[in-house]
Amino acid sequence: MSAPLTYRYDIDGENFTSAGEASVKVKKALRQLGFSQDVIRRVSIAMYEGEINMVIHANGGFAEVSVYPDRIVIVLDDKGPGIPNVDLAMQAGYSTAPEQIRSLGFGAGMGLPNMKANTDEMTIETEIGVGTKITMTVKVGT
Amino acid sequence: MTVFELKERLSLTPVSLPDPEREVTGGYTGDLLSFVMGSAQSGDAWVTIMSNVNVIAVATLTDVSCVLLAGGVALDEGVAERAVAQGINVLSSPLSAFELCSKVAEQLS
Ligand SMILES: Nc1ncnc2c1ncn2[C@@H]1O[C@H](COP(=O)(O)OP(=O)(O)OP(=O)(O)O)[C@@H](O)[C@H]1O
Ligand SMILES: [Mg+2]
Repeated sequence: MSAPLTYRYDIDGENFTSAGEASVKVKKALRQLGFSQDVIRRVSIAMYEGEINMVIHANGGFAEVSVYPDRIVIVLDDKGPGIPNVDLAMQAGYSTAPEQIRSLGFGAGMGLPNMKANTDEMTIETEIGVGTKITMTVKVGT
Repeated sequence: MTVFELKERLSLTPVSLPDPEREVTGGYTGDLLSFVMGSAQSGDAWVTIMSNVNVIAVATLTDVSCVLLAGGVALDEGVAERAVAQGINVLSSPLSAFELCSKVAEQLS
């Protein structure tokens, strides 16, 4: 197995202005690598939602995107509060986003469902008070 | 129809117009960003009343052809510069989101 091409980003939890920047960089990189519109779109959506969640709910974290010949793997790792009830969090419409965040257009409770819908595999490892690690795979059609 | 043509026909005010020749292929409206993220399609004209910087990231990632600010909304400080830098078309209109959508739909049909 050849070593994947890997992109790493620190996601700043304080900075709403730059939120989404890592996702935009990944989108540009994938476009340069010649991936299909569909793959780029799915990775962009999944990564953006995960990136924003780390900013809003976990005070930032670390993102790693690995490009393999047959798949793209996105890992989002934070040291936030953890997710008490993952099944509940996965439900469309469930959100704990505070009011000032909602006024910016977040808090529909659609981020995690979007991540699930746009990836072929998604696993959430989370521990209260320790953090959350989300791994998502988008298969690249051959 | 291009973004420039849409601007002319609906008397839109350009806020950021780095890519006027971009083709408008559909439309979407919404203010909750993850709804937009999940549903807006590449080439859509996105009608919204949201004005903060996150609009530009969502527009970039969904690859919409333009952001149409309804209800006379203005972008927050510094956001227009960011739109220009990212190559995102943003135009505004005094019409309500509903009226603006109906006019966009008329042009697209
Ligand atoms: N990285 C995370 N750390 C801690 N809690 C999280 C994390 N990601 C999501 N959550 C919890 O899961 C809930 C649902 O997340 P989801 O992304 O679906 O919705 P949202 O972020 O609240 O709103 P939206 O994504 O529509 O703007 C959040 O409100 C939050 O309680
Ligand atoms: Mg979210």
